[in-house]
Amino acid sequence: MEFLRPASWAEALELKAEYPDAVPIQGGTDVMVEINFDLRRPARLLDLNPVAELSRWSTTGGVLRVGAGMTYTSLIRELSADLPGLAQASRTVGSPQIRNRGSVGGNLGAASPAGDSHPPLLAADAEIEVESRARGSRLIPATAFYQGVKRSALAPDELIRAFHVAPATGPQYFSKIGTRNAMVIAVCSFAIALHPRRRAVGTGIGSAAPTPRRAGAAEEYIAAELDWDSRAALDPRVVARFGELVAQAASPIDDVRGTADYRRHALGVLARRTLTWAWHEHMRERTTT
Amino acid sequence: MTTSKATTSANTFGGIGGNLPRPDGTLKVRGEFAYSSDLWLEDMLWGATLRSPHVRARILGIDLTEAIAMPGVHAVLTHDDVPGEKHYGLDRRDQPVLAVDQVRYQGEAVAIVAADHPETARRAAKAIKVSYEPLPPVVDPAWALDPASPPIHPGGNVVRRQPVRTGVFLDGPGAPPADVVVVGEYEVGMQDQAFLGPESGLAVPAEDGGVDLYIATQWLHVDRDQLAPCLGLPPELVRLTLAGVGGAFGAREDLSMQVHACMLALRTGRPVKIVYDRQESFFGHVHRHPARMRYEHGADADGRLVYVKAEILLDGGAYCSSSLAVVGNAASLGAGPYEVPNIHIDAYGVYTNNPPCGAMRGFGAVQACFGYESQMDRLAAACGLSPVEIRIRNAVSEGSRIATGQLVDTPAPLAEMLAELAAMPMPDLPAERPGPDLRDLPGGVSQTTRGEGVRHGVGYAVGLKNICYSEGFDDYSTARVRVELLGGKPHVLVHTAAAEVGQGLVTVLAQIARTELGVANVTVAPADTRVGSAGSSSASRQSYMTGGAVRAACAAVRDRLAAHGPAESLTEILALTGPIEETREYRHRPTFPMDPFTGQGDSHTQLALCVHRAVVAVDVELGLVKTVELAAVQDVGRILNPIALEGQIHGASAQGLGLALMEEIQMEGGRVLNPSFTDYLIPTILDMPPMRLSILEHPDPHAPYGLRGAGEPATLSSTPAIVAAVRNATGLELPRVPIRPEHIALT
Repeated sequence: MEFLRPASWAEALELKAEYPDAVPIQGGTDVMVEINFDLRRPARLLDLNPVAELSRWSTTGGVLRVGAGMTYTSLIRELSADLPGLAQASRTVGSPQIRNRGSVGGNLGAASPAGDSHPPLLAADAEIEVESRARGSRLIPATAFYQGVKRSALAPDELIRAFHVAPATGPQYFSKIGTRNAMVIAVCSFAIALHPRRRAVGTGIGSAAPTPRRAGAAEEYIAAELDWDSRAALDPRVVARFGELVAQAASPIDDVRGTADYRRHALGVLARRTLTWAWHEHMRERTTT
Repeated sequence: MTTSKATTSANTFGGIGGNLPRPDGTLKVRGEFAYSSDLWLEDMLWGATLRSPHVRARILGIDLTEAIAMPGVHAVLTHDDVPGEKHYGLDRRDQPVLAVDQVRYQGEAVAIVAADHPETARRAAKAIKVSYEPLPPVVDPAWALDPASPPIHPGGNVVRRQPVRTGVFLDGPGAPPADVVVVGEYEVGMQDQAFLGPESGLAVPAEDGGVDLYIATQWLHVDRDQLAPCLGLPPELVRLTLAGVGGAFGAREDLSMQVHACMLALRTGRPVKIVYDRQESFFGHVHRHPARMRYEHGADADGRLVYVKAEILLDGGAYCSSSLAVVGNAASLGAGPYEVPNIHIDAYGVYTNNPPCGAMRGFGAVQACFGYESQMDRLAAACGLSPVEIRIRNAVSEGSRIATGQLVDTPAPLAEMLAELAAMPMPDLPAERPGPDLRDLPGGVSQTTRGEGVRHGVGYAVGLKNICYSEGFDDYSTARVRVELLGGKPHVLVHTAAAEVGQGLVTVLAQIARTELGVANVTVAPADTRVGSAGSSSASRQSYMTGGAVRAACAAVRDRLAAHGPAESLTEILALTGPIEETREYRHRPTFPMDPFTGQGDSHTQLALCVHRAVVAVDVELGLVKTVELAAVQDVGRILNPIALEGQIHGASAQGLGLALMEEIQMEGGRVLNPSFTDYLIPTILDMPPMRLSILEHPDPHAPYGLRGAGEPATLSSTPAIVAAVRNATGLELPRVPIRPEHIALT
């Protein structure tokens, strides 16, 4: 196995162009497990750790650009206010050791339907910045990024450089079901983001379909039903309907972590609860401003 | 928080009763402890194992050509290469060293390889071509009971059937009249010991034709006694030394890679190391027997038990392992620590093509405890009594007889323990606190609730566990104690073959030597087979047995010193005599077989009790559980080392919590679906709550220092207490463990 260590982003793109089969590695929390268990035997590893820019973030034109190599720990520490949903999801990733190594870029690269960062990225309308030497960079909306179980829109010669997302302008919540109280892969998960200025609601469903996905019908329904200008409490029937629509948006399976019926049921519960929390927070903010 | 009833005078120089830290503690926390997987020699080879992908299949042929031809490969061996006996086993020699003509479970070892690099060894193992003819497996233990099921071994699929009959049931199966009858069917899933240090060891060929094996195990001598015949060597040429053990819990009672590493070392003339990875480890050791149980309890209107009927079916999997003794435990302890005038129990262990099951902490008593304690709660409800009251009314005490007719001839203050437990203060309930911390709620920081759907419940359970080996087994331990002057000062060397598996035994043995000899400077030598057998680090027996042996050897040393008169100091005597060394074997009082038809007999050495109260918060909509507190009262006879003892009770309770809420090897048609710590979940620090402990010291006059084995009892009662608390919170029956979220949310 060849171990490639580019010193810069440009060099990384060169190497990826030359060796499209090279597997990028950042924290190694997915890749090393696969190698250790002999599930994967890549001819080359492309170590992105020396590319320092990947672990930084910046703001341009009111939009955050977060380097793909930023660890969950850094993200929780530095971006909890701007990206509360993603920060909450990051807190649920593995153990402290895993959060110290793992990154959103790695989560995107693996494109597992159970990846914790996907639902909040979907709910917040994030875009993924990818780049190749041949075709330069492009932005892929998160909705278009996930294409199948562990398959993404990334071309073989491309690398994930960053994701772009607007700082939260409203409440965001992330909830994840696991059969123990920490260090668990999602049985299913759900993210919600209220966008009061646009009067829109974003959602993300994890681990309940071949890919992470949004619950489009639920988003449209609730955005229309919410009384954005008043401080009216939520109608329980509306909350219930939202939960039903989220559950219907999933296509879960039975597996070793849970049953399809349970996943669908739990998503409905999570949708109702997170919506309620988000709306209460929205009302509180309206009261204080 | 721990309160000890009796005051134990902790002497200042590290004798018994003191809170001595363990020598391996800091090293383990810092990641510096040398485990068996860290063993290394300059010129060693690496072994790898080819395992069966089939649950049951005939082996039509094995083609080694390609594997042998690979550069770096030094040996590729099959059952044809086993030098001696081709089968081994703790009680029955029914398990092949390497599969002979057929495989009986998924993961059975078929061939082994030694190569100069672990990766080469693994690739070579994969290059072995085995031609299989899959056969229909027997995976339902109920079918295995049927004489018409295809026999997995000659003699049929029933490994042991052990009845227990007392009172009217000696005359027939008809139950006596009872005012209240409750019936329940219960199921226990397949739990894994989930030790952290995978199976590993290093075999070094010796010039005398023998082999030295450095190994993580629970019983060096029983390993040797199984190894030597398979290797075709006399026992004295098979020498074992204990390597760093990363947990055991019963999973190291059976052989795993021992014979394989020795075969490869003897064949290649090179040291051979084998280390399983996590996935292989799940196929490399036995698991806890899954159980299906039907219980019927009859009581009078006051809730006093009239009779207990039970059928307990234990799935032993493909090989016998410890199934015989596990069935004996389930039967003899199957009614629990209660006074029951009429008992009718049938416990069965069967062969199936599921993974072999054998020893795990609690050993047959865990499964039965979940059954009879679930029943006691049902009975309490039917009689309109509290769970504590129904147990107190039926509790054994000194002078009672258990199901086997064995007299409880040592203190057994179960009623007092329950009263003390019930009187303990209740914890704060997290969902009722303002602004709860997510970590205190079901789901933790995964933020599934901020109090919505959360209900609280409280549950109680008790458990009865036998300590030491039972049913007439010649159970003994050996200790060699040497006192000498080192640098002009008295020094004690304690040498035993007892396996330190993380339970803290080496600390306790040194404490005993200090107390007995009054010498502060004590070294515990590495455990090996150069001294006699210590028996297994199993059955909560090592403080009792090897502790007893060390104490006896110290007494013998003391006798020799005493011959020199009390006037002289130890230093003066030793200057005169040189080193004084004594070796002693220690045996507990004899036990006897269970009667094959009535189960009667004094089969157990010592009986131990633990009681638990669990307080849980359950998210009833999502089915997630947070155990808020576990409180326990355990009688240990005599505390030797408080901090180590508390650790044992905490750990045993955590393992019981795991069985209640998450730990299960999931099976489909005999195949393991979750052989990883990603999907076989064990409790984390956010799952295991703080414990409130009360440790009692009612001495057992038959045991050294009056002590009572303490490693297992808390594993029993923890599970049913937590399940009772979840039932209390949800109103659901929950007849199966582990409880899965859908059992709560979708029932």
